[in-house]
Amino acid sequence: MPFDENEERRIESAEETWEEQTLRPTLEKLPERARQFNTVSWHPIRRLYTPRDLSDFDYTQDLGFPGLYPFTRGVYPTMYRGKIWTMRMFAGHGTPEETNRRFRYLLEQGQTGLSVAFDLPTLMGYDSDHPMSRGEVGKCGVAIDSLADMETLFDRIPLGDVTTSMTINSPAAVLWAMYLAVCEKQGVPYDRIGGTIQNDILKEFIAQKEYVFPLEPSMRLMVDTILFGAQCLPTWHPVSISGYHIREAGSTAIQELAFTLADGMAYVEATMKAGLDPDAFAPRLSFFFNVHNDFFEEIAKFRAARRMWAKLMRERYGAKDPRSWLLRTHAQTAGCALTAQQPYNNVVRVAIQALAAVLGGAQSLHTNAMDETRALPTEKAATIALRTQQIIAHETGVTHTIDPVGGSYFVETLTREIEEEAWTYLQKIDDLGGMVQAIEKGFPQQEIADASYRYQQAVERGEQVVVGVNRCVAEVEEPIPLLQIDPDKAAHQQMEKIHQLKKRRDSYPVDHTLDAIRRAAQGKDPWARDLLMPKILDAVRAYVTLGEIMGVLREAWGEYVEPAIL
Amino acid sequence: MEISDRVRAGDVRAMARLISLIENGFPEATSALKGLYPFTGQAFIVGITGPPGSGKSTLTDQLTQEFRRHGRTIGIVAVDPTSPFTGGAILADRIRMQRHSLDGGVFIRSMATRGHLGGLAKATNDVVNVLDAAGKEVIFIETVGVGQDEVEVVKTAHTSIVVTVPGLGDDIQAIKAGILEIADIFVVNKADREGADKTVAELKAMMALGPGRSDWSPPIFKTVAIEEEGIVELAQGILAHQAHLDQAGVRQERQRERSHALFLELLQERVTRRLLERAAANGILEQTIERIAHRDLDPYSAVDEFLEKAGF
Amino acid sequence: MVEERKIRVLVAKPGLDGHDRGAKVIARAFRDAGFEVIYTGLRQTPEMIVSAAIQEDVDAVGVSCLSGAHMYLFPRIVQLLRERGADDVLVFGGGTIPDEDIPKLREAGIAEIFTPGTPTSVAIDFVRNRAGRDRK
Repeated sequence: MPFDENEERRIESAEETWEEQTLRPTLEKLPERARQFNTVSWHPIRRLYTPRDLSDFDYTQDLGFPGLYPFTRGVYPTMYRGKIWTMRMFAGHGTPEETNRRFRYLLEQGQTGLSVAFDLPTLMGYDSDHPMSRGEVGKCGVAIDSLADMETLFDRIPLGDVTTSMTINSPAAVLWAMYLAVCEKQGVPYDRIGGTIQNDILKEFIAQKEYVFPLEPSMRLMVDTILFGAQCLPTWHPVSISGYHIREAGSTAIQELAFTLADGMAYVEATMKAGLDPDAFAPRLSFFFNVHNDFFEEIAKFRAARRMWAKLMRERYGAKDPRSWLLRTHAQTAGCALTAQQPYNNVVRVAIQALAAVLGGAQSLHTNAMDETRALPTEKAATIALRTQQIIAHETGVTHTIDPVGGSYFVETLTREIEEEAWTYLQKIDDLGGMVQAIEKGFPQQEIADASYRYQQAVERGEQVVVGVNRCVAEVEEPIPLLQIDPDKAAHQQMEKIHQLKKRRDSYPVDHTLDAIRRAAQGKDPWARDLLMPKILDAVRAYVTLGEIMGVLREAWGEYVEPAIL
Repeated sequence: MEISDRVRAGDVRAMARLISLIENGFPEATSALKGLYPFTGQAFIVGITGPPGSGKSTLTDQLTQEFRRHGRTIGIVAVDPTSPFTGGAILADRIRMQRHSLDGGVFIRSMATRGHLGGLAKATNDVVNVLDAAGKEVIFIETVGVGQDEVEVVKTAHTSIVVTVPGLGDDIQAIKAGILEIADIFVVNKADREGADKTVAELKAMMALGPGRSDWSPPIFKTVAIEEEGIVELAQGILAHQAHLDQAGVRQERQRERSHALFLELLQERVTRRLLERAAANGILEQTIERIAHRDLDPYSAVDEFLEKAGF
Repeated sequence: MVEERKIRVLVAKPGLDGHDRGAKVIARAFRDAGFEVIYTGLRQTPEMIVSAAIQEDVDAVGVSCLSGAHMYLFPRIVQLLRERGADDVLVFGGGTIPDEDIPKLREAGIAEIFTPGTPTSVAIDFVRNRAGRDRK
């Protein structure tokens, strides 16, 4: 914090004395464990941080107050003193019936929001009876083929009272339309519907790889949903800009931060290009970050993210509404940091990661279950993960004050260094012509691939210790019970349902609505104001299936084939 | 059944295995190639070269689709570099061509350069002969695309396509003169990007400055391979060049040149290998190198001496 | 002069999941071990993988699946290789695979399953020792 020169000199001379008289004799007797200490992302960490590291620090400018620009200390004035974060556990597998039961159980257990995991055919926009869906139906999420399935999924769950997060990207518009159609049937007005669709298509191209269409039409569809949300659903979050998957793909913390913000910038720029004022949609943008093992690096990452986004929105994009400057984020503990070996250790890892997310000021949190490296979580494992959050919230006391680590010489320095390095990446992406161009040129993909290979090599050389994997290895691994899923049951049931649905439904509106989508998709001006979203809504109301709608779009736009970047 | 017979019958396993034998320099390969040679010379061979990121694989994929539409069978040889440090290689050109993997009329083989220079793998010629003898009507060779000196493809291909894209460096100088001279066809791919017309104009200017060819003026095609744009025209351009070669009798001339190059290459390789094997066996090689290193003997006299002893 | 026989491995991602981190890391590790790695990328059907493996005459096929569809996809690859007379091609896999599935996969002809945390050096040694051992 800014202090006068006398004070600085006093500290400097005291530090010199300490180094000479106290530190040096100790180092001579007992050298440190390593010449150089780094974060898990190879960011160098020094022995000690003092007020001198923050001599040019400006409290009001760099930190400020909770709920005020630049939001380093948090997005809300009271943070967890007012309201604990949303405990939002990602769930879903098998048929809509099974997942509906799981949702109702989780709500009974005190969970405060729903988070839907879809199976891969749904994520890729294939119906359960498509040849590419073989072996995948209901495996890592719930299978949704049509509005009928969505009705079952939320049966007896009042959608005006819960908020729902849907992890869906390429077909986000279609699944969102199905959700809205269920709300219509339940009689919930649009302005009372709350929730999020992930809809972050750019990170699919660089990390999660569940892309379908090429970059340009993908961006068009994504912006279409933002425009529709701004017009019709003021309380919905049309995108969750996600660093989670970037980190899971092997990036460093700084790459995760920079690439996520760069994706967000691309969405803001594209939506502004479509004619919207940033204040008309930016308050509804939300984020989703990973929380990895390196405790302080993660806390610093969240703090830097808030400060950078506020600067970007206010300075670069000229947003005037303070709500447009807020980076509100969901967090999930790092799946890639869990080990298949000694799985109970994962409970501890998840607890520490979750604590970092809370100290970092996240708005909602998913904690991973200890068994996720081997299968979907059992109910017991998922419950322990939820309890972990509840213990942090109610027993540790970390929620009593806002931003408890704020002012730490170390954390503030680290926050600043991470921010600086992330700006360097953003500059590089600007030089490449923005994130869409950078992805076309393979820049973020190559950076992530290199970091992930470097990490793997560090683990194999023992430079990066992973307990139970390359240190403290157990002779005999005790097996843990895993979730059993009937491999074919969901597929059979879903295929039968599609078959029945197609026999039963009226074919005229099916053809008619699909044709309207086709014509709109083929429109040459990609930024025409004639939105696809209302046409997709018409189609899902007519029980047109996900695969049928995506099939028409695939025909119109083609499919993306990724460049080989290893 | 002999492996060569199985190859001629179009047996995919046999073709694939023979190619491995060739690549690994196994003696069985040579005898099979002897048997196959009379049945080669039927295929039309197209080389595709150009800098990295110019979209060679996507073009190859789209041309394959277009020629398949007209019922031609296709062989593809896609070359990627071998790491000089580890000897390993990542061969990833197939990613762009995998939609043809279930088409029995298309055979795709990825090859690593294994230290060979010039943009091709050493065994490329022999592999092309295998595909030719197996009845593939059109064979595409996709060169490495890292250096700017990938001119070797011209020795194997009937038609050499040089691919570039707008904005690769500021001007076409990025493609060196040598590679310009081998082009029978130019492609400006990713032509929906800014500067495509400028690139075309620069290519034209470069050609005007060049030595010029009396018989054939290389056309320039604009394509957006990923969108299938300009592919039909490019395929017709290839056919036009093929017709030109047949009409002008140039194809025989190329065939002769190709045979000449092939013979010389084989001869050099065999003679050198035999000489070295003999010299290594009786220790002369080591001794000679030692003497050169100690400046007891100059390398020029050493070679004279060596050849004389070998009876040349 | 017979040159050193190069080990050729096909690395592919069958199924719909896009988690290619492991596949890419192992492809690079194989390259650094001196293998020739044919990388065919994401969303490959067993049919596509087998066809590529045969044309490329690989010694081994490494597949990674994190979606839970391994019990269908991995055995199908082995079955198709057998049908096409290429049962000498070694098939190994990795990904999110419960312990109890491993014996079943072995029985179906998958030579080895590498679960999360396996060093790449183990996979490299495995391929080096086993590749081409049964080649006809």
